[in-house]
Amino acid sequence: MKLDLIPIHLGLDREHLPALAARLEETFDAVVRERSPWFDPEICYDSSRGQYNSTLLLAELLDGPATQADRMLAVTGVDLFVPVLAWVFGEAQLAGPAAVISTHRLHPEVYGLPAEPARLLARIETEAVHELGHTYGLLHCVDPSCAMHASTYAEEIDLKSSRFCVECAHVVAGRRQGAALLP
Amino acid sequence: MIQPTSAEPETGPATGAGTGSVLVVDDEVAVRESLESWFRKDGYRTGTAQDARQALERLDEATWDVAIVDIKMPGMDGLELQRRIREVDPEIAVIILTAYASVDTAVQALKAGAFDYVTKPVDPDELSHLVRRAVERRRLRSENVQLRQSVAQLAHPTPVVGESPAMRKVLEMVSTVARTDATVLIRGESGTGKELIAQAIHAASARRFFPIVPVNCGALPEGLLESELFGHEKGAFTGAQYRRKGKLEMADGGTLFLDEIGTISPRTQVDLLRVLETKEFARVGGSKPIRVDFRVICATNQNLEKLVEEGTFREDLYFRVHVVTLHLPALRERREDIPLLARHLVERFATQMNRPFREIEPAALDRLVRHDWPGNVRELANAIERALVVGSPPTVRAEDLPLPLLRTNGGAGDSLADVEQAHVAHILERSGWNITRAAETLKIDRVTLYNKIKKYGLRK
Repeated sequence: MKLDLIPIHLGLDREHLPALAARLEETFDAVVRERSPWFDPEICYDSSRGQYNSTLLLAELLDGPATQADRMLAVTGVDLFVPVLAWVFGEAQLAGPAAVISTHRLHPEVYGLPAEPARLLARIETEAVHELGHTYGLLHCVDPSCAMHASTYAEEIDLKSSRFCVECAHVVAGRRQGAALLP
Repeated sequence: MIQPTSAEPETGPATGAGTGSVLVVDDEVAVRESLESWFRKDGYRTGTAQDARQALERLDEATWDVAIVDIKMPGMDGLELQRRIREVDPEIAVIILTAYASVDTAVQALKAGAFDYVTKPVDPDELSHLVRRAVERRRLRSENVQLRQSVAQLAHPTPVVGESPAMRKVLEMVSTVARTDATVLIRGESGTGKELIAQAIHAASARRFFPIVPVNCGALPEGLLESELFGHEKGAFTGAQYRRKGKLEMADGGTLFLDEIGTISPRTQVDLLRVLETKEFARVGGSKPIRVDFRVICATNQNLEKLVEEGTFREDLYFRVHVVTLHLPALRERREDIPLLARHLVERFATQMNRPFREIEPAALDRLVRHDWPGNVRELANAIERALVVGSPPTVRAEDLPLPLLRTNGGAGDSLADVEQAHVAHILERSGWNITRAAETLKIDRVTLYNKIKKYGLRK
């Protein structure tokens, strides 16, 4: 699998990108390439909410120039929302090529706790694997340790790992074979 | 337009997929799409509607556990739609979406029976928990109704009606075998009440506080019967999306009633025999052994001995189920029970239909007693039910009984003789078997009438 990793307004969290790329290379047997955004992310900004619309961001990703990659993952430091929900950790196309995650609400500091770089990285890795799992058509998993298990808040992400359970890993491996979804 | 997306936070039922259904009603396409994809990745069956009219169409097409309804929509608003939804299905949990929280709106929504209301933008955690609780409430309510029915059935099982010597013998056997755990084979023609007898045995047994699980073996093709009995694991076959318990597991502690056992395929007979001997099995597509404890009652209207001879029914299974046999007499073999049964059925259907029928006129009763009832008690019940539909309270009259009933004692047919027989019988009934009056009506002399009575074997 070829994966484009697209940092958007990532700020200091950019330091975690190499480790994240290594994790995704291992989990998805992927060749990961960093790619600069080709659009102005500000068009996704909603001033009334002070947040970025993740659905619009996904649409911009899909509207971009042709790429060799099968999948695209945008990683941003800004707070994301979808119209009806107050916030989201990320968004992915179910069985599609694009996904986005936000590191904003993965920071312990957002909840008044001291910064923990290792915990933050673990959360970023888990969220990225989770969202990319959705691009392989995976739904939420009942196994509490699987990356595809549903979690409602940041501390819940800590309870699972950044790896798939055997069943979800099997599905991803099966679909990875013919999974070139981008033209 | 981009494909459906799956937004995080990853909320939803922690217990996994396939746990309910959610209908999203909102005029904003972005809201509909984001909520639909969000619930879908949690395994809910989802649907959307852009207005009240479409929402009511969706309700016609399928059953929903939860409806998330926007309060402000063009045309019918969310509160009015909620009232309409509850008219269609009072058990749907309606969650109202509002743009601005106000005490008035909340009070209105809750007064109208909403499960709850949430304010846009919705806290994902709150919505997730609400939907989970709403689905759970619906499941519990439906389980509650089923349990009430089961308890009512246990407390007041449908009575077995009959005072004839043949039925007394059957009822004595029922009370004897109910005290044991022996496998019972109930034999009898179609419509004689074999399932009722199985229920009576179960209700009088020590297992009565556990379920009696009926399986109509004749109604299901081989593959389906196997999955119905043994259950299946997720992915056992195409369409097996989730693990499912089979009837054998559901009957644990209670009674398994295998109706039409003579129709089971040879392959399923082998599996069933093994279960009956070991009380252990594995779900289809699984290997983990599951232990169960149930009593087996079988029923058939077939000649099992003949099927064994022909090689279509395994001899070892025959001996396994042929431990205690109960023969149910055909209704024509216990005609003395017909008046009692008929009165019981009139009372039952009159209550069900809320029609004040109280009695059966003698001529109608006479016809009922003289009919041969090839469909047995089921046919009698159908005849009485129909008579109560077409007749006028409080008396069931002979002419209200269905047409085939008027052709008594094998006179069914359309030949001239058949019609003459039915007509002569009808006039005799109407005259109360006054030969002179009947002969006058028929415009024949009394001797000719006597000859016709003899010829057609008519009896008072």
